[in-house]
Amino acid sequence: MSKTQKRIVGSLLVLVLGLPFGVHAAGAEVRLDKAPVNINDQESLQRGARVFVNYCLNCHSANYMRYTRMTDIGLTEAQIKDNLLYAADKPGETMTVAMRPKDAKEWFGAAPPDLTVITRSRGADWVYTYLRTFYRDDSRPTGWNNLVFDKVGMPHVLHELQGHLTPVVHEVTGEDGKPHHVIERLALAKPGKMTLAEYDALVADLVNYLTWMGEPAKAQRMRTGVAVILFLSLFFVVAFYLKKEFWRDVH
Amino acid sequence: MEKLLNWVDARFPLTATWKAHLSEYYAPKNFNFWYYFGSLAILVLVIQIVTGIFLTMNYKPDASQAFASVEYIMRDVPYGWLIRYAHSTGASAFFIVVYLHMFRAMLYGSHRKPRELIWIFGVLIYLVLMAEAFMGYLLPWGQMSYWGAQVIVNLFAAVPFIGEDLSIWIRGDYVVSDATLNRFFAFHVIALPLVLLGLIAAHIVALHEVGSNNPDGVEIKKKKDEQGRPLDGIPFHPYYTVKDILGVVVFLIVFSAIVFFAPEMNGYFLEANNFIPADPLKTPEHIAPVWYFTPYYAILRAIPPMFGSQFPGVLAMGVAVLIFFLLPWLDRSPVKSIRYRGPYFKIALTLFVIAFIGLGWLGILPATELYTWIARVLTVVYFAFFLLMPWYTKHDAHKQEPERVTAK
Repeated sequence: MSKTQKRIVGSLLVLVLGLPFGVHAAGAEVRLDKAPVNINDQESLQRGARVFVNYCLNCHSANYMRYTRMTDIGLTEAQIKDNLLYAADKPGETMTVAMRPKDAKEWFGAAPPDLTVITRSRGADWVYTYLRTFYRDDSRPTGWNNLVFDKVGMPHVLHELQGHLTPVVHEVTGEDGKPHHVIERLALAKPGKMTLAEYDALVADLVNYLTWMGEPAKAQRMRTGVAVILFLSLFFVVAFYLKKEFWRDVH
Repeated sequence: MEKLLNWVDARFPLTATWKAHLSEYYAPKNFNFWYYFGSLAILVLVIQIVTGIFLTMNYKPDASQAFASVEYIMRDVPYGWLIRYAHSTGASAFFIVVYLHMFRAMLYGSHRKPRELIWIFGVLIYLVLMAEAFMGYLLPWGQMSYWGAQVIVNLFAAVPFIGEDLSIWIRGDYVVSDATLNRFFAFHVIALPLVLLGLIAAHIVALHEVGSNNPDGVEIKKKKDEQGRPLDGIPFHPYYTVKDILGVVVFLIVFSAIVFFAPEMNGYFLEANNFIPADPLKTPEHIAPVWYFTPYYAILRAIPPMFGSQFPGVLAMGVAVLIFFLLPWLDRSPVKSIRYRGPYFKIALTLFVIAFIGLGWLGILPATELYTWIARVLTVVYFAFFLLMPWYTKHDAHKQEPERVTAK
């Protein structure tokens, strides 16, 4: 299938199935999509790191994350230096940005949050859904709104890739007897450089990377944990028979 | 070796202390599952002190650096993540262990004469532990740290007349700020641990003076052999040291499972909002204290404001904790252990457990109208357990206590 065909099929799929979000404009809870996180998939993490550095790290910092830590996901220090080091001089530095919080506040209404532990505060599923549910909204200063973050200050940075989604709205009578607009789903109005499936995969890689960055020691934690529990289980057997032996003479 | 020991013993009661507290301290032979939690509390204390020392080496008690220094510990300090998770899990573990330890006393009447002072020292330990945990929770300087502290310190502002000044005195500022962080750090790492250690020493000295209670609630010192050793007693060492090692290993397996595989405990041990740095200008939508405070938080919210003041709720919350002190004197039953008590006490204790856990659950949830009403009912049950105790324990039926303990 050619890229154009893919794109058409992708668009059709979206139009037929829709993106099933039962969201109320009033700001009720949106059902979040499950982020396909796998922090052991190093290739996905590396792709996600590239997306992060290229698209996010211009406005958002990751102040607690050192570039060198990416050696944990299979990159060499030289690779990090050559491909990912735009905003810093040395790989040992943390992922800071040059944008001043004061300027950011003026431009976006709020300073872009640091993303080091964003999946730990928001949850991976939230970030995954958030990055895929920007839609056109001319009432917003940026022209963009978001299903899970109403009146968000951030514009849709990845719109060239995803394309433009517009809400399919229908009117319902609310409990107060007045008509309310409810967003039924989002439809692809203008295709981007990627099919929606490709875009979802890109966001999945990015969220995977963000999740890994939230706790780079997690893999080590799991490994150590298995060893510790195994040791304690053996120790339990020893302790059990020790106790039994001593208590033999208690009647 | 023998000579060295004699040399020491002539100058310090080493052998005598060893005998008095371990090898010749006679404990009842019928301790059951519930008797593991005292030694486990000491274990958790040691875990907290050791991990706390290493955290202090890398933590910065400064409002502009605290959050970053915790992330530094999690990322750049070798095994810093382990130290930090062990400490945060240890805080919750401390309360789990202490709650079970207190419940054991209520089951078997361990607070009754002649052990009232052990109980009083114990409740004091519990109070200091609450202050210790509350102040420690501010230190990571996340949103929940900040707003949790803000809410709790504001409670003191509800005290009539002196409230405003009192809350400013506690914070050292008009809002929770760098000054608050510094003083909470001082209390958390030195002042309260010192008090805690002193109280624990007093708790154990008092216990070893009168001897341990047991699941039958009968005094083993009443029946002794020719050498004056209790017939139903066994030396703490080696019998209970080897038994407690078993308890320690089982505890550590559970503890490690949490530290290594679920340190956030789904947001109950480490709250998601605490991964956002403290922002004095942005109140989180839903502020909930950590789980071990939620029963009292639910009581606070259940009491409606009276005469335009939140003070009644604050008062009820305070009394709910302090009322534990009175337990030894509220209980009028002729027997200590639940094994020989009648139905009134068994029903009352069951209702109390339901109320305590129910309030704890409600304290986590947002206060809707329905939940507030349930919390009110459970608050009444909570206080009724204590206030009606003199009546229902006095009129309750009871079985004859055995002469000796009933070990299987």
